[in-house]
Parts: sequence; structure tokens; C-alpha cells
Amino acid sequence: MSARIGVVTFPGTLDDADTARAVRVAGAEPVPLWHGDADLRGVDAVILPGGFSYGDYLRVGAIARFAPVMDRVIEAAHGGMPVLGICNGFQVLCEAGLLPGALIRNNSLHFVCREEWLRVDNPDTAWTSRYERGAQIVVPVKNMDGCYQAAPDTVAELEGEGRVVFRYLDNPNGSVGDIAGITDARGRVLGLMPHPEHAIDALTGPSDDGLGVFLSALDHLVSA
Amino acid sequence: MTLSTQPSVDSVEAATASPEQVQPYRELGLKDNEYARVRELLGRRPTSAELAMYAVMWSEHCSYKSSKVHLRYFGETTTEEMRAKTLAGIGENAGVVDIGDGWAVTFKAESHNHPSYVEPHQGAATGVGGIVRDILAMGARPLAVQDSIRFGPADADDTKRVLPGVVAGVGGYGNCLGLPNIGGEVVFDPSYAGNPLVNALCVGAMRIEDLHLAHASGTGNKIMLFGARTGLDGIGGASVLASDTFSGDQPGGKRRKLPAVQVGDPFAEKVLIECSLELFAAGVVVGISDLGAAGLACATSELAAAGDGGMRIYLERVPLRATGMTPAEILSSESQERMCAVVRPEDAEAFLAVCAKWDVTATEIGEVTAGERLVISWHDQTVVDVPPRTVAHDGPVYERPLARPSTQDDLVADTSAGLARPSTKDDLRKTLLRMVSSPNLASRRWVTQQYDRFVRGGTVLAQPADSGMIRIDEQTGRGVAVSCDCNSRYVALDPYQGAQLALAEAYRNVVTTGATPVAVTDCLNFGSPEDPAVMWQFREALHGIADGCVELGIPVTGGNVSFYNQTGQTAILPTPLVGVLGVIDDVRRRVPTGLGTEPGETLLLLGETRDEFDGSEWARVAHDHLGGRPPKVDLAAEKLLGEILVAGSRDGMLSAAHDLSEGGLAQAVVEAALVGETGCRIVLPEGADPFVWLFAESAGRVLVAVPRSEELRFTEMCTARQLPWVRIGVVDTESDAVEIQDVATLPLAELRTAWESTLPALFD
Repeated sequence: MSARIGVVTFPGTLDDADTARAVRVAGAEPVPLWHGDADLRGVDAVILPGGFSYGDYLRVGAIARFAPVMDRVIEAAHGGMPVLGICNGFQVLCEAGLLPGALIRNNSLHFVCREEWLRVDNPDTAWTSRYERGAQIVVPVKNMDGCYQAAPDTVAELEGEGRVVFRYLDNPNGSVGDIAGITDARGRVLGLMPHPEHAIDALTGPSDDGLGVFLSALDHLVSA
Repeated sequence: MTLSTQPSVDSVEAATASPEQVQPYRELGLKDNEYARVRELLGRRPTSAELAMYAVMWSEHCSYKSSKVHLRYFGETTTEEMRAKTLAGIGENAGVVDIGDGWAVTFKAESHNHPSYVEPHQGAATGVGGIVRDILAMGARPLAVQDSIRFGPADADDTKRVLPGVVAGVGGYGNCLGLPNIGGEVVFDPSYAGNPLVNALCVGAMRIEDLHLAHASGTGNKIMLFGARTGLDGIGGASVLASDTFSGDQPGGKRRKLPAVQVGDPFAEKVLIECSLELFAAGVVVGISDLGAAGLACATSELAAAGDGGMRIYLERVPLRATGMTPAEILSSESQERMCAVVRPEDAEAFLAVCAKWDVTATEIGEVTAGERLVISWHDQTVVDVPPRTVAHDGPVYERPLARPSTQDDLVADTSAGLARPSTKDDLRKTLLRMVSSPNLASRRWVTQQYDRFVRGGTVLAQPADSGMIRIDEQTGRGVAVSCDCNSRYVALDPYQGAQLALAEAYRNVVTTGATPVAVTDCLNFGSPEDPAVMWQFREALHGIADGCVELGIPVTGGNVSFYNQTGQTAILPTPLVGVLGVIDDVRRRVPTGLGTEPGETLLLLGETRDEFDGSEWARVAHDHLGGRPPKVDLAAEKLLGEILVAGSRDGMLSAAHDLSEGGLAQAVVEAALVGETGCRIVLPEGADPFVWLFAESAGRVLVAVPRSEELRFTEMCTARQLPWVRIGVVDTESDAVEIQDVATLPLAELRTAWESTLPALFD
């Protein structure tokens, strides 16, 4: 039986179809989840895709965090279900308290769309087991609010526990410690600003380096 | 809903009873004769609401009154054969083309020039929003956008105000809407200083059977208004100046108007797109129209005029976001993110349910009637009672005087022949670096990296590729390429030939990536139509495009005219932007721009190089000169070049290709090397004048890289079909420089700094 991975659509979500495609290419079954549903339809993992949920006219992710579906996502995450937040999804996970810190406006004050080199610093999570430690991958970033910030002791804790999963080699937005993605203490909840779903082949993306994120989850779910 | 305006509303009854009442038609933009015509059509004076409708619908922007007599030429010159794949053409919201495998693609470009000067961010943003709704109204899912933007001198203070705002507006709206931006242009010229141009193009796709045309038919069918609420923003935006005397039916006292530039909400538009596509899929839409320029006035009159009956609208049902709005204001508001649909009564409930799912406000505002009139009431009083065609289609038509200006001869006589040319190796090297870093040739990265090019996962090529390319069908790999271009300096020198050069370049950009051109859209930006010299430019350019399309065998399927791009007596350089759409059966065979994808490539230059520098970028950069005759245009040669490039792509003979345009061969080689991060060695033909070969802007040329194993096969094909070609060098994957034998060796790092530093230095 193939793993079923839920992909949440909030009004204003943009990369949901692309995330579902990446899930499918990795060999899992994507299951659409609607923001207003208080039900995860029996999925084995959840992805919150990129976009501008509810327009993000307030602080990014601040409204999506209160969507009915998020109560179930938070519950499931506490129960150990793998949850991935990409871009706006990462912002929502921070607002929901599943990951520490916050994403603020890029230091350039511009939207930044670039192909970015990342280093994988932690391959021991549900979403990164397919990578070697220290692997360098190319994945697009595209956001307005991608600058990761957290209190100094929080950053120290993340660094100390090896919870910084992806790091920029050429920081595009001023993130503290070049942080591109972090995980929770158990390595199940992962948030990152770059878009692995836009790096699943060299035709529509810069590389297929992002596919490892989805394959890792599949490995994790099948072996679990 | 009850409003204080009710007692003083200017009803049809009141209008009939007070024929002598003075009306502010001039302030609304109507000429004396036009107002007289309205009275004649109605047999009475119009009500305030009717006057507002006629004024806005008969404006230049909506009625094409100065261009109509010329635009007919497109239809007259388009043959049945050219039209064979056209499913909808000029007159619909956007042209639609059959691209095969059951797919229809719709595309169109539109201008949002004046609003973008007044308020760069919102003006540009709502320009994107408007063209996207045009595509949606055809029943298609919008898939990608491109934008061509033009500004005054790069280092002018006002450009520092306008450009960052326009870029942030285009990006902010498109990024939040989730549409990839796959190319366009950024051009600087002093003539745009007081009149920047913002031309946005959108491409969408649908299954052929899902094509929706804007018409209201079927007596009893419901008219549904859905999307954002209607407010005071953008009233008169289509060209009628908002004024205090705008509405005769408002109760005394001064009334503040919001700015005539609309304010965009891309989130609302994103939701509106998904909601509309779900409505189409559910089969509950009979006809649909977007609300753009002239808002409800336009949507109701056009839907009714295109249908087989009349229409009844209850204006008080329109959801408002401002209090005390008058019927005239509601009809002419240009509030964004609204659509109007015709729905069978039995589908109304399902229609409303889909809107509710997306939290989109939807209201039944009227119905299709058996009569032949558009009747609009306001709380039981009839405020509009007109034949809809008289509003939508029977506007005034002007044959403006046109004349080739006397100054044209002097302009043509002032050629570039006498300009000092670089002669030493050192001069050539300096010229090349100066050209590469000049504002019009420098990398557009500062702009394009503010646009999302990845979203939707179908982008195969985007800036700095020659054309943007997206995959339409994930199974078969079928896709489309699109490019829009115009060198307005060439058009100024010879509007007919210059417009054909714009067509040729857009065509060439499409074939360079391996796609076959199938259709053309245009966005004709000119000065005042009341200036005979401008009308002459317009007529010449339009004929150039139409005649060129006949020669290339592809139709113009839609477009847009923007006049009055002029400040005082100074008009912009005539800018007939041409967009070409191409089809590729499998996007995996796209031809990239960058060198070095194959080990061991030969560089060939296809086409003929001539000593042509009039209107060139070199003449501008080195001498600030514009005069003479534009490069020769040979559309038969362009067509042949296209066939050979598509054949080369299909048979895997090309590993890279890059069009030659502004800046000539030197610019093309530098860009191909920098994009591919691979060096090369250029060897110019024996006895060639290096200056001419490096910088001339002869049309019909493309630089191609062919794997050594394919070189003979490819060049034999060129020779057999009589396409001029010359071996111009080799790619060297070990090299980190562009070496031009006997001229200069330029390290890639030095070239990259020159190419990429200019715009950040100006705008960061």
C-alpha cells in the first residue's frame, strides 16, 4: 500500500498542485485537504504548501494558523505524524507554534526568486533521510518574507541540537545563521523556505535535488 | 437597502420630462456631436446613468473610435488558411488558438500605461489583474504572464520612482496570484520619461470544448455578479476624468472621489480564478464576462449586445463597499476582481454554492429578457433603457487625418554613416564592455528575480531565454512559447518596416527555442490620435504588422490600442508591441540559450550580416544618435530560418540557440556564454570588419551551437535550403573567457560584472 500524503489548500495557496505532483512523482498518493475541513482523511503525513494564504495581508501565516484543518494538523504533529511546511507552510508552522522563531521580510525588502545552493546539515529527519550529511543541493527560493529570525537562545538551542536541517550557501534574505530550514525536536516536523517541489526534474526546475525530501518521507512511512 | 439618493434619482421618466436640463457631457469626455448622437439614438436626453455609460463606452479606450477604421485591415488581410486554427479572434476578450491534442490556448496583451505613471505600483498590478481576467473570461486557466515595461532614461530621478513601483506591482500581483512570469522586456528611452509603458500579456489554456464566449442568451437566464464588492475606486479610469460634476443625480454638496487608479487585491483574484474554473467545470455558466474598463456598464451592454435578447438589471442589488453610491457611479466603477456570468435558473443554486465554498460574494442582479433593450432600474425607477448595441458597438468612428510629418525626411537623411567607429583592438574591447553594461543591454536579473517563474511547475524557459515556454500537457509534453518585442527606435525611423521588425523579432525568438509560431497579439502604444503624424505612424505600423502576418501565414487574434501616450507636444516613440505564440509538441526538445550543454559544440551564425547601424544600440550608446533607415526586413528569410531551427530542434541537432537583436553578435555571444557559464572562441570570417560583424543589427540572424557530430548534417540542411550560414567559432568547456580572435579576450568574470552590475547600481 502506498503512503497517503495530505496537501493542504488554504485560499491563496499557490504551490499545492506542484506539491501534489512531487508527491506523486516520488511514488506516494497525494490527498487534497481543504482549509475548512476538520478532518485529515486518514493521511500518513501532511504538507502545507507555499503561497499567500488568505492574502497574507496580516503577518504571514497568521490567519491560516486558525483554519479548522490546522487544529487537526497540530494534533497529528504532536502525535508524531510527519509534517512538512514549505515557504508559506513554514510560516504557518511557526505561527502555529510547531516550530520556533518567525519569518520576516527579506533584508532586500524585495520578493526574491533565485536558484539557491543549500547544504543538508541534518539527514536524520523524516524528510531528509535520502540525503548525505553535508550534501549540497540546488533548489529555488521565491518569497517576500523568508528571513528566519529567532531569539538568540532559541537559535543556540536549534544549533546545539542539530535542528538546522538546511542552510543557505549564499544567504538570499538575511536569515540568522544562514538558516533555510529547521525541524522539531523529534525530526518529524520540518519547515523550510526553499521549494523542493520545484526541483523534481531538470525540465521545470534547476535540478531534481528536491525529490529527496518526498522520497525520504515515503521511506519513513513505508518502514514505519 | 435604502439610500438617501433615492428621491433625486435621474430616471428615464425625469429625463423625458426635462429635455432642456444641461448635462456635464464634456466633463465626462463626450464631444458635442457625440452627445447629440446619444440624444438622437434615445429620442430624448440621456439620464445621468445613461450618460455615464455612453461616455465611458464611447471613450477611446473602450470604443477604439480613432483606430477602428484601421483595425479592420487585420480582418481584411487574414485569409481562411491563416484563420484555420483560430477558435476566437479579434472582438472577443482574447484570441483562442487550437494547439493540438484537444487543447486551446488563449493569449492577449494589454496596456496599463497611464495608471502606472500616476501610481506605479497599483497601476502595474491592476494591469496584470485585468489581462488575467480577460483570459479567465474565455474559460481558460491562466497559466503565465509576461510584461513589457518602458521607462525614461535609466538614471533619471523619475525613473527611480516609477520603475521600482512598476516592478513591485507586477511582481506583487502576479506572485500572489500564483502565475509564473516567463519573460518580457525592460526598455529605457527618454521619450518614455513622462509616459512609461506597462504592457502585460497573459497565456491560458483549456480543453477546446470548455471555450466560453461572452454572450447573454436564453430568456429567463440569470445575471450573476460575483467577486469583489463595487466601490468608488477607478471611476472614470477608462479615460473619463472624474470630476465633482460627474453625477447629476447626487444630492447636493461636494463628493470626494477616490483616485482614478484602481487598487488591486491579488488574493481576491486568485480565489476568483479558482472559483470561476470550478463553476466552468460544473457546467453552470452559459456566458461570462470580466469587469474591467468601464465596469458594469461594459459587462452588461456587451453581454446583452452579443446575446439574442435584452437584459434587465436591478442595480440596487449590487453589493457595494461605499455608502451613497449613485447609479452612474455603480455602473462606471472599475473596482477590480469582479466577474459577471449568465446562468440558467435551474443552475443558480449550484452556482451560488460554488461561490460560497470559495467565500466569493455572488449576487443575482438581473436576467436575460425577451425584448431588445437593456433596462436598468434603481429601486423601482428606470435609470437606463437603451438598445445595448448602441452602447457597446455603435460608438463614434473617426477617420482622423493622417500625414507623414515633414520632419521624417530629415530623420531618415541623418544616417549613422558619419559616426566615428572604434578602430583599434582596444577601442573594440572597450566598446563591447560599454555596450554589455549599458542600461538597455545589461542583465534584467534585478527585475526578473522579483518575479516567481516556478509556480505551477510548468515553466520550461523564462528570462533570459529568447521566449518564455510552458508545458500545457503533462502527459504528452505539449506546450507553448511566447515572446513579445518591439524596437521603437526602428519604428520611429520607418513605422511600417519597424513594426515588421518587431514582428520578425518576436517570431524569431519563438522559433529560436524550437516552437512553431501560430498566432500574434499586439499592443499598439502611440501618442495622440489627434496628431496627424501620430496617426500616420499608427496606420503604417498596423499595415506593417498585418502585411507581415500574411507573409508569415499567421493571424493576429487580438490586441489592444493605447493612444495619448504623450506629454504636451512630445509623443513617445511609436511602440507597436508584437507578441507571438508558438506551439511545441514536446517541451523536452526546447533549445536553451546557454552554451556548454554538450561537450564540443561548434558555433554557427545563421543569416546575413550587413553594415546596418541606423537606429542601433551602438548608435545610441556611443553617439546618442537616432536617424537613418532601420535594418532590412525579409520575412521570407525569417520564415525559412524558423523552419530550419524547428527542424534542428526536432532532430536533436541544436544544443543551444540565441537570437541576435540589439547589440548584435557580440551581445548574443556574451549572453550565451554567461547564461551557460561556459567560454568560447570566436573566429570572424576572413577579411571581415570586426566592428560590423560584432555590433551590426541586421535582422534574421540567430547564433546556434551544434554538437560537433551534428555539424555537417545541420550545415548541409542550411545550404540545401539556401539559408546563409557561417562557422563563427567553437565552445570551449574548459575556458572561462570569451576569446574573439585578433580582437580581445574577455574573462567571463569581467563580462558578468559588466552585464549584471548596471541595474542594481541604479535601483538598489
